[in-house]
Amino acid sequence: MNPKLKAALKEKRKEYLDKTKKSPQLDMDFTTVSSEPVDILYTPEDVEDIDYMADIGFPGEYPYTRGVHPNMYRGKMWTMRLFSGFGSAKDTNERYHYLLKGGQTGLSVAFDLPTLYGVDSDNPRAVGEVGKCGVAIDSIRDMETLFRGIDLGKITVSMTINGPAVIVFALFAANAQNQGVPLEKLGGTTQNDILKEYIAQKSFIFPPEPSMRLIADKMEFCTKNVPLWNTISISGYHIREAGSTAVQELAFTLADGFAYVEAGIEAGLDIDEFAPRLSFFFNSHLDFFEEICKFRAARRIWARRMREKYGAKNARSWLMRFHTQTAGCSLTAQQPENNIVRTAYQGLAAVLGGTQSLHTNSMDETLALPTAKAARIALRTQQIIAYETGVINTVDPLAGSYFVEAQTKKMEEQAEEYFRQIDELGGVIKAIEAGFFAREIGRAAYEYQKAVERERKVIVGVNDFLEGNDDDEIPTLYIDEKVERDQVAELKRLREERDNGAVSQKLETLRKAAEGTENVLPHLLDCAKAGATKGEMTDVFKGVFGEYREPAYF
Amino acid sequence: MKKPIKVLVAKPGLDGHDRGAKVVANALRDAGMEVIYTGLHQTPEMIVEAAIQEDADVIALSILSGAHMTLFKRVRSLMEENDLADVPLIGGGIIPDQDVGPLKDLGVREVFGPGTDTREIAKFIRNLFEENTSKKKTG
Repeated sequence: MNPKLKAALKEKRKEYLDKTKKSPQLDMDFTTVSSEPVDILYTPEDVEDIDYMADIGFPGEYPYTRGVHPNMYRGKMWTMRLFSGFGSAKDTNERYHYLLKGGQTGLSVAFDLPTLYGVDSDNPRAVGEVGKCGVAIDSIRDMETLFRGIDLGKITVSMTINGPAVIVFALFAANAQNQGVPLEKLGGTTQNDILKEYIAQKSFIFPPEPSMRLIADKMEFCTKNVPLWNTISISGYHIREAGSTAVQELAFTLADGFAYVEAGIEAGLDIDEFAPRLSFFFNSHLDFFEEICKFRAARRIWARRMREKYGAKNARSWLMRFHTQTAGCSLTAQQPENNIVRTAYQGLAAVLGGTQSLHTNSMDETLALPTAKAARIALRTQQIIAYETGVINTVDPLAGSYFVEAQTKKMEEQAEEYFRQIDELGGVIKAIEAGFFAREIGRAAYEYQKAVERERKVIVGVNDFLEGNDDDEIPTLYIDEKVERDQVAELKRLREERDNGAVSQKLETLRKAAEGTENVLPHLLDCAKAGATKGEMTDVFKGVFGEYREPAYF
Repeated sequence: MKKPIKVLVAKPGLDGHDRGAKVVANALRDAGMEVIYTGLHQTPEMIVEAAIQEDADVIALSILSGAHMTLFKRVRSLMEENDLADVPLIGGGIIPDQDVGPLKDLGVREVFGPGTDTREIAKFIRNLFEENTSKKKTG
């Protein structure tokens, strides 16, 4: 900036700030939802040390601040992918057909808790949980039912599965092969992000070290055999839902991403072969600009580290592609229809932040899993953003805003500060073991709750504007206990009908691979095809790797 | 000095959503209660055993997985088998309105849904306890 203009700006800004102090001001905290202070005004002064070409650049070019594709949504609309799964495979298959008919362009599977923990539906620990918060999948037969009538060679499928990710992936891939879809045509994502399980979501099974080995096995297998598969979806979503701030979500997620990159390199893989198949998954919360800046900062940090620190040469290794889900934790049980509005703003922030794929929550998700109608409204919300608002006409329309660029930079710096702290603790796994993430997130969650209760943060229908709370009943989805009984009966039938000798033998071969260093994936595919259940395969790994127990503290 | 009310905050089943349980645990501690948190993935047997070992005055379950009907029922019947029928059982999480009545019929004293002010939970517990001690005095 020329010195004369700079001096004039400084002078004018001071004059302006003096004026604001004498002007009326509401008794509110002008902070983000993460309690970050925001200035009343941003000017060219706030962005003077930002270099357009080096820090912002062009869409589809390093450092990708403005987006990963040159054409962005003019070239390809984001994938409209609603996370869904409930009851039996048949129930969920019907919902998938309903959503696809309504214009959804990708599938995303929500599994029930027994599946997330690698426990079969007839295990005593599964009692009461089967099909309740997702779909129950025990074997390849359930996978066949789940995707009946859906061409897995054409539609991409995202699966939220972590502890037993390799096992559930094997069930999925084996079914696809049986349906005549070769592995090289199979597109989709397994979340497979175990680090954030220890940090936030808590559906871990094995300890961190063997879990990282399973992830390396999967990266290796998919790089060679399933080239269109996103091997890990490095997820900040659950970190945010557990109560973190936006910056914590950004920093902890990227730190996990770097840990996977390092694990891949240590396993002897070429970074430019596996990194292009890593994708990300973020939350889009209520603070509109904070979210947009978070997405832009995330792309820039990832690109810089991948190129500068890890020496990736392939441009596809530098670019961060991500899925976004609107913030479940921001929804209210009070006046639930208001959640449609919240979700629309959050979806819009994700789009203005350049997401590749989007899930918009249904209004009833603080009460139960969504009804078909609530899910349809959520899908329509995305279609309205895409086709009615006009925001897709130009790429990254908020770039160059003094506020947005200054915030993007600030969040990048705050994330770098967290990376330094994590490095000091000895890396992500050591920081998990030291309880660092749990403490940071727990503190942020409690501070937020206190701010709400002190009414420093207004939540419509919760601590203000309560009128209408008595008249807020909406229909909700109910999962019948019959689902569990049927699933247990199906499992019994499977165990009777399959060749149990062959199953035992395949499981034994799997055990040997797990004990040694051989890649477990080919053996899991064999087990899946022989009719082994997810619980049986998980038990083999539990026997070899042990189970992880989290220390209880609050 | 009056002994603080001892609350066992527990996460039954496979549900890993512990944000609410931890926030409530912190809030009850700040409200002057003694809080024991069980951690995740507890079976009903483990929870009732912990309540006996810790001599808990109140048991608070947090469930967001949809398995509340099964899990509350099992905890409640184990409490009855182990002479803990008088210990108040409360709960919170994602629990549809239609299930609240049946849960109360099982003996769950109160269910706190999303958006509950933690001070309301503390007040409810304190009232329960005063109610209980005054009953003991007169009875």
